[in-house]
Amino acid sequence: MAEISLRGVRKSYGPTEVIHGVDCEVADGELIVIVGPSGCGKSTLLRMVAGLETISGGEVWIKGRKVNDLEPRERDIAMVFQNYALYPHMSVFDNMAYGLKIARVPRDEIRARVDKAAAMLELAPYLARKPRELSGGQRQRVAMGRAIVRNPAAFLFDEPLSNLDAKLRVQMRMEIKALQRELGVTALYVTHDQVEAMTLADRMIVMNDGRAEQIGRPLEIYDDPASTFVAGFIGSPPMNFLPDGNGLTGVRPEHLRLCAPVEGLVAGRVRFTEALGAETLAHVALDGGGIATVRLDAHAAAREGEAVGLAADPARLYRFDAGGARLRG
Amino acid sequence: MGGMVERRGWGLWLTHLALIAGLLIVCFPIWVAFVASTVTQPEIVRPPMPLLPGDRFVENYSAALLQGVGAPVWRMLMNSMVMALGITIGKIAISIISAYAIVYFRFPFRMVFFWLIFLTLMLPVEVRIVPTYEVVAGFGMLNSYSGLILPLIASATATFLFRQLFLTIPDELAEAARIDGAGPVRFFIDMVLPMSRTNIAALFVILFIYGWNQYLWPLLITTKPEMNTIVMGLKQIIPTSDDVANWPVIMATAMLAMLPPVLVVIFMQNLFVKGLVESEK
Repeated sequence: MAEISLRGVRKSYGPTEVIHGVDCEVADGELIVIVGPSGCGKSTLLRMVAGLETISGGEVWIKGRKVNDLEPRERDIAMVFQNYALYPHMSVFDNMAYGLKIARVPRDEIRARVDKAAAMLELAPYLARKPRELSGGQRQRVAMGRAIVRNPAAFLFDEPLSNLDAKLRVQMRMEIKALQRELGVTALYVTHDQVEAMTLADRMIVMNDGRAEQIGRPLEIYDDPASTFVAGFIGSPPMNFLPDGNGLTGVRPEHLRLCAPVEGLVAGRVRFTEALGAETLAHVALDGGGIATVRLDAHAAAREGEAVGLAADPARLYRFDAGGARLRG
Repeated sequence: MGGMVERRGWGLWLTHLALIAGLLIVCFPIWVAFVASTVTQPEIVRPPMPLLPGDRFVENYSAALLQGVGAPVWRMLMNSMVMALGITIGKIAISIISAYAIVYFRFPFRMVFFWLIFLTLMLPVEVRIVPTYEVVAGFGMLNSYSGLILPLIASATATFLFRQLFLTIPDELAEAARIDGAGPVRFFIDMVLPMSRTNIAALFVILFIYGWNQYLWPLLITTKPEMNTIVMGLKQIIPTSDDVANWPVIMATAMLAMLPPVLVVIFMQNLFVKGLVESEK
């Protein structure tokens, strides 16, 4: 049974519609990542599930209950915010216990649940501290602890890692995934970072301009994008697009190879290369205008300024119509 | 304190010299008043004025506290205390609640109300004193504590200050509390009040002194001597006709009138300074 289901969810501010009907069924224990550029409506969608924004149209169901008109606390969800939103004047323990206190959970049980969550998150030594005495990563853990102790039907994450530095982000990403697996809790996770989306998601919703452009498993989406937007957004460096009649032909950087200038799909000149260690990226200025990125072996011979052709396996080409939609077959 | 410039050598001496000189200029008149309150009338009148305390401390102060002119000073001190505390607590309570309403609730004409409150900044008691008197008299509140306190309670400044403070509290905090199940009242008590603690303390000091120093309004609405405040008493104690002014008792009264605001500042200065410089996030 679906744990969370979104049925034609819409949001408008006055006459302006910002979410144009999103449908998605989230299975029990699934981690769904909602990914998209800023302003695409992904946070708004999450906040509608949380109950922080009203739902203008459609229905949101959590655990078999329609929650459209329920207060956030009645929806059986917990949320982790971008800036952690810890209560600055309360200790770590009180931060985690606050929701339980309001729900009038007995004192002993609060103690037990907070201790358990703190042990799981390695926060036990910090329970008496104030949030300002903690590092960014620890604060993030407290925010997660606050969500865990409530034992909710679903976790909602709103860009929880974007305030951390790059290294910590990778580490916390793993921790979030491990924790979610261990607890088996359904989770919705909003991010603008497609790497985060690819690595975390069981399935992801790629959003653009208030629409769910594509919903699917990360590799499905990567291998079989439904539109130029999805193809360009998922994957780093992004897919190359070459003009093709009225539409576009897309090809991923790893599916291109260098060849003699006359042999390939297109010809161009290597503008510069980026040696990343494990691989080298060559940026080729195409003769017809535009730039294509080619992913090469680490020590591939590509000299800047060299005239090259770009070749690709025809099976690896994606064709899109003038509106950006995928042409199949 | 991170932002302070460290001074060495002659700069250090110069700054201290300037501070000590300033301190002397401020303290000297107070010292003279104190000395005057501990000597006898003839000693004051005969030049040169004494600069060391005399032996009449107990006599002069008990004379001031228990007799005074009109009402005894202890009575006026108590009136002032009730008025100052009433104004302070009332102002803080009213303004923090109105600021909370204006920042956290969406209701029709919200901004109209905000600007109406803001406009009252232009209407201090002195400007509206006649109509206010009329209203207070109409309610039968002349010569009463409520008459002294209520008209001075509304405060646009404090409302504005709390509004600015609340605007710096991130929205996500309110949302997190909402998800945790805190309603508006719980959020106010559990989050907003503790986070405003230092600002409340700072306001308390400022408003207490404001309330304590009120002169015109109490003068207007209290006709019975037992409702007089100490600041009024200071004026009344100096004889208007050819009577001889009893300077030692007058000075003792002045010292007593100064004491409560000084104590408030001393005991709350820590919180006061924090409230002015620190914004807890």
